[in-house]
Amino acid sequence: MRTPLIVALLLATPLVAACTENAKGGGGDSGDARTVSVTSTDDGCDVSTAQAPSGTLTFDVTNAGSQVTEFYLLGEDGLRIVAEVENVGPQLSRQLVVNAPAGSYFTACKPGMKGDGIRADFTVTKSADEPSVSADDQELVDAALTNYSAYVQDQSDQLVAKTQEFVDLYKAGKDDEARALYPEARTHWERIETVAESFGDLDPRTDAREADLEPGQKWTGWHRIEKDLWPQLAQDYTPLTPKQRAFYADDLMKNITTLDNRVQGLDYTVDQIANGSRGLLEEVAAGKVTGEEEYWSHTDLWDFQANVDGARVGFEGLEPIVEQKEPELAKTLTTRFADLQKLLDAQKTDTGFTFYDQLSQGEIKDLANAVNALSEPLSQLTAAVLS
Amino acid sequence: MTRGLPAGEIGPTEGSINLPPDDTGEAIGLPAGGLTITFGFGPTLFRDDDGRDRFGLADRQPQALRTLPHFPADVLDPAKSYGDLCVQACADDPQVAVHAIRNLARIGFGTVAVRWSQLGFGRTSTTSTAQSTPRNLFGFKDGTSNIKSEETKDVEEHVWVAPGADAKADWLAGGSYLVARRFNMNIEIWDRQSLGDQEDFIGRTKDTGAPLSGGTEFTEPDFSMPGSNGPVIAKDAHVRLVHPDFNHGARMLRRGYNFVDGSNAIGGLDAGLFFIAYVCDPDTHFIPIQNAMAKSDALMEYVKVTGSALFAVPPGIEPGEYVGQSLFA
Repeated sequence: MRTPLIVALLLATPLVAACTENAKGGGGDSGDARTVSVTSTDDGCDVSTAQAPSGTLTFDVTNAGSQVTEFYLLGEDGLRIVAEVENVGPQLSRQLVVNAPAGSYFTACKPGMKGDGIRADFTVTKSADEPSVSADDQELVDAALTNYSAYVQDQSDQLVAKTQEFVDLYKAGKDDEARALYPEARTHWERIETVAESFGDLDPRTDAREADLEPGQKWTGWHRIEKDLWPQLAQDYTPLTPKQRAFYADDLMKNITTLDNRVQGLDYTVDQIANGSRGLLEEVAAGKVTGEEEYWSHTDLWDFQANVDGARVGFEGLEPIVEQKEPELAKTLTTRFADLQKLLDAQKTDTGFTFYDQLSQGEIKDLANAVNALSEPLSQLTAAVLS
Repeated sequence: MTRGLPAGEIGPTEGSINLPPDDTGEAIGLPAGGLTITFGFGPTLFRDDDGRDRFGLADRQPQALRTLPHFPADVLDPAKSYGDLCVQACADDPQVAVHAIRNLARIGFGTVAVRWSQLGFGRTSTTSTAQSTPRNLFGFKDGTSNIKSEETKDVEEHVWVAPGADAKADWLAGGSYLVARRFNMNIEIWDRQSLGDQEDFIGRTKDTGAPLSGGTEFTEPDFSMPGSNGPVIAKDAHVRLVHPDFNHGARMLRRGYNFVDGSNAIGGLDAGLFFIAYVCDPDTHFIPIQNAMAKSDALMEYVKVTGSALFAVPPGIEPGEYVGQSLFA
């Protein structure tokens, strides 16, 4: 008998290349009094006007120099950064949009990112579009930063405690109890996952999935132990010996302790908190709603809930700021967080959540839709708190 | 078919009323559309999974023609990977390309069977300086520094297998290796990244495709130019990690396409980049670069490789010869 050959067919069709380039947009606004052209050179900073009416100002920054430049709008004291755009490469342009109330400012180009920059006075005059500012903006920011930092530290503390309990059970061969504690301990990791992931060395050692490994990389961390506790799906699986168990358990505990130590010294900015909130929902969309994260234990919904918790805490800390700047966005986010939580609540059980492999395709789809519905406005959060 | 003629000797409507036509007919009235057909041989044509010689060709298996290793973030679907033979049909009109594949598959039934197929659109790389750089589904220009057919020296050095390069497989001299990788993009998540972040991940501007170190699309990136936080082209920027400067000078001839295969179970686009590259040696010109990318590239957060295959593409033939004749000589 002849073995049929297996053919891979690659079909490919180039589109006929378009012949016309679109005209560069934005030309219609050039006469706008709130649009300011800035040309940064190696030794100059040419600002098209020294004055603009209050409201939303757009600085079109072009770098005509030979080094990377930055452009700043500074407050009257010449210290406070009202808005900035970094990393403008030679011959490139960047736009800086800022909501500026009437007052005295400085513009500054910083070619080569050195020194105080090439400064000039800039005046914003009162207009009908005067943005409302609150004197306690800074207070709101400070409160958000303090609260978030405390939240991360608290979660990290609980992570250390629960992980210790978990690895002790695992090492002692108390597998049922270890299995029950696994998703609970991971909850504290998942709530601060974007912070944990910012440590590029710890994350792969702690949270790598088998498919993420590169050749020669030793697989350690949560998911290595997960596979050992839930080996049903694995083919020809050899359970770890007590000695191996101790190795992976101690290694996990060591890395979690290192994480906890590093977290103590961390400071945050409002955009980091906002990006973290968005990032946690991305974790949900990429790994949890698809059931890829907890391949062996199917405890994905615990992680899902924990990511959402962390994202919500991040947002709620920033909410007073967002309410001042973009009240509609704050309202939408509040509603969408609640909508998603309702779906998660429906999957709660006495011991936690429905296992991922017990969810119907319709339930997964509903969760995915709610994640999308929340993630889209959440991707506006950073820009809103920075505006 | 590459001359715009029917697949069979009779034609789509010229034959007996009682017989199925020997050409399927969907290309009636269409021009050849620049149709090209490229054939390749997979590692399993030479040896089966247990290393046994399948067709008496094992002693001619090229050194580098092996199943590609597992790369981080590979989530391969075997039903979209591997294969003994491959056929790439390219044309200006998808209908023409599909017509070619369909008729070849039909002729082959009984001798060959279809394992998988992939329809792509919107070429993602230029292969000639006469073309403008198209965009991938991330919305960025893709293939700015692809090897162009006008760069004959680079084509010679990086694309064609040199005579004597592989003692056991001299039949492949003047041919090439075809690497196929189905990069699924996390489209919805990508679309929520700020413009500035998207540009930082790629290392180029979205508008003109200029490197973030400045200039215009074809300006060479300056990887050492300092920026506000580290180099202006970030350490994990795609353009840096795959650049020849960081890969022992290796370049590829890319001939990939965008794809959208409908939507997945949770309503996301099943879409991405069907990466196809021609290289003289995958061991030096693909595997290390894919490893560097999988390990460090900022883009990896937004892609997942779901299909993978490697083929040896035999050299071109003279009139009267058949495809791959050198292998069987």
